[in-house]
Amino acid sequence: MSVLEIKNLYARVEDKELINDLSLTVRGGEIHALMGPNGAGKSTLGYVLMGHPNYTVTSGSIRIDGKELVGTTPEERAKNGLFLAFQNPVAVQGVKLSTFLRTAYNQVHPNEKMSIQDFYDRVKLHMKRVGLEESFISRSVNDGFSGGERKRFEILQMIILRPKIVVLDEIDSGLDVDALKMVSEEIKEYYSQDVGFLIITHYQRILKNIEPQFVHVMMNGKMIMEGSNDISLKIEEQGYDWIRGA
Amino acid sequence: MEIDYRKDEELEKLLKELKEIKQNDYEFHDNLKPVYTTGTGLNRSTVEEISEIKKEPEWMRRLRLKALEIFQSKPVPTWGPDLSGIDWENTSYYNRPDERRVNDWNEVPDQIKQTFQKLGIPEIEQKYLAGSVAQYDSEGVYHNLKKVWEDKGVVFMDLDSAVQKYPDLVKEYYCKAVPVTDNKFAALNGAVWSGGSFLYVPKGVQIDMPLQTYFRMNGEATGQFEHTIVIADEGSKVHYIEGCTAPRYDRDSLHSAIVEIYVKKNAKARYTSVQNWSKSVYNMPTKRAWVDEHAQMEWVGGSLGSKVTMLYPSSYLRGAYATASNLNIALAGAGTYKDTGAKALHFAPYTSSRIVAKSISIEDGKAVYRGLLRVNKGAINSKSKVQCDALLINDESSSFTYPHDEIYEPTATFSHEASVGKIGTEELTYLRSRGLSEDEASSMIVLGFLDDVMREIPMEFAVEMNRLIKLEMSKYGAVG
Ligand SMILES: Nc1ncnc2c1ncn2[C@@H]1O[C@H](COP(=O)(O)OP(=O)(O)O)[C@@H](O)[C@H]1O
Ligand SMILES: [Mg+2]
Repeated sequence: MSVLEIKNLYARVEDKELINDLSLTVRGGEIHALMGPNGAGKSTLGYVLMGHPNYTVTSGSIRIDGKELVGTTPEERAKNGLFLAFQNPVAVQGVKLSTFLRTAYNQVHPNEKMSIQDFYDRVKLHMKRVGLEESFISRSVNDGFSGGERKRFEILQMIILRPKIVVLDEIDSGLDVDALKMVSEEIKEYYSQDVGFLIITHYQRILKNIEPQFVHVMMNGKMIMEGSNDISLKIEEQGYDWIRGA
Repeated sequence: MEIDYRKDEELEKLLKELKEIKQNDYEFHDNLKPVYTTGTGLNRSTVEEISEIKKEPEWMRRLRLKALEIFQSKPVPTWGPDLSGIDWENTSYYNRPDERRVNDWNEVPDQIKQTFQKLGIPEIEQKYLAGSVAQYDSEGVYHNLKKVWEDKGVVFMDLDSAVQKYPDLVKEYYCKAVPVTDNKFAALNGAVWSGGSFLYVPKGVQIDMPLQTYFRMNGEATGQFEHTIVIADEGSKVHYIEGCTAPRYDRDSLHSAIVEIYVKKNAKARYTSVQNWSKSVYNMPTKRAWVDEHAQMEWVGGSLGSKVTMLYPSSYLRGAYATASNLNIALAGAGTYKDTGAKALHFAPYTSSRIVAKSISIEDGKAVYRGLLRVNKGAINSKSKVQCDALLINDESSSFTYPHDEIYEPTATFSHEASVGKIGTEELTYLRSRGLSEDEASSMIVLGFLDDVMREIPMEFAVEMNRLIKLEMSKYGAVG
């Protein structure tokens, strides 16, 4: 069972402090929701966890199963089982989905020998389940994809790469009701006692489909409230003002 | 859409096989003394000496001497890259590695054979080629053509041998498409040329496997001046490939070739070259094709190595409905200057040309696209399409585009497209967050940038380019 431990984390972009003394632990089998108003620093946290070069950790630690990730490259983090579904996945022109998925898979699971045929059969199966047409396999990564297609593709990558700690950044935005349902089903299907989830959202919508055991609320780079899913319901009804006031 | 598993699997297998070879493996050099050299410098007696040891016919000797005069009268071009580094005086213009020319690898002298084996040449020949010629410094050392093609009248050998064996055929085509007056480097070639290939494909003969010539330059501060002539007679079909490498030295070498291609009525010729000279080579070839009625010419080029390259393969569309296509990839690594492009000259009605040029500049590498499109009056309804895309890897990388159009025919249609892109941190981070190393991510982006060209070129060539680009990219650490 895996565990992600974030301890007293501080991070910045240039001179701007964006993450301020943040701590959080996500274990395999747990589903955490991270909520907070726009600009709270939720996406920033995702980037910092993934090791995006624009963000600098000034102190604190990020560990997976005891292994320190601060100072390591994004690829090492991926190899340690961390996965971030980006809020706004970028397009990479000319890089075919098939090549990309296979290369990534070989990197993350170097010891698994799966034939090309089996690999693509698996890809195709899950493409269907997340609602991406098979023809997407020959398209360029996110190139010309709609917002919703990008989200579906993020989930497809998660399924194919089989990470241990999954951070989903606003995976619900841009998805209509049916799409959200499909994506949620895939997430639930993938969920197990071995995988820990951190679901970043500022709506409660997705949390109805995938019920978190823990809800954290972030504001100005700080964790300001933690508790059960009741918090998300209250945010849905009343917004964030009651927390600000608290 | 169906995925082509077999192609992917094949690609993966080939890539794995080829992975063993490292860039350094091309840059080794042999401690081999030439059995004959004209020494350094160039004058009338050097040229006469070359002609004499080759026991050439008188007409060739006279053409050489005339070319020398033209060479001496022309200034070094200054409109492109800086060529002041070429050390004319201290270059050695002719170096013969061995006395013999053979058609069995076992008879090639050991050291030279080992070099070509290291480069994988005999193996590739066996697997993929209808015939092959290997040149080491100034001379062809090996040539072979599969018997089926020989029986059909195909001629494939080094040009020196052809001058001896088929003087009339050579004379008919020699320096017709590229006259030595064309430019200083063509004139130089005319004076001191040695080696290169002669390929004649008779009427109606369609060769399904490619023929290849591999050029290896071993000496330091030497010159390689091969001259290649390809004739695709009426209704024939041929694919000719060239590859070249050289060791890296402190003192620069000069490569100045002539390539002439004659594509007769209804014939189809494809010329593919992968140039991977080391960074101590000035590469200044002149390549041109004459394309007759309903004939098709395809240029596919990968310009990966060298210090400076100036290369603009041209197609003279001489007959109605002739077509030319030009796919070129130029990689300008650190400290290098690629001044490349293409020329299409439409002399006849209903001719069409297409040029796709892709360049990648790394570190302070500079890539220039320089092209010419000319449509003569009377070349009615001719069409041309030019596309130039540049990718800059680092902040100090640069690229420039100089298209030049001369359109004298009002019914001609033509278009130009150009784009410049840069590898971004967001794209790199995205790919890396899925487990790809920085090198892999950036070479994947580069190959993605080349994808539309890669899809059109032969698979073996695409694999080779793919591998060489990955090697080149992995030499540079931080990208972005
Ligand atoms: N690269 C950056 N440069 C400057 N400011 C940034 C950068 N990235 C994020 N920020 C700022 O950090 C704050 C948090 O942003 P973000 O993490 O995207 O919020 P959320 O995802 O919670 O809506 C915002 O004020 C945003 O403008
Ligand atoms: Mg966000």
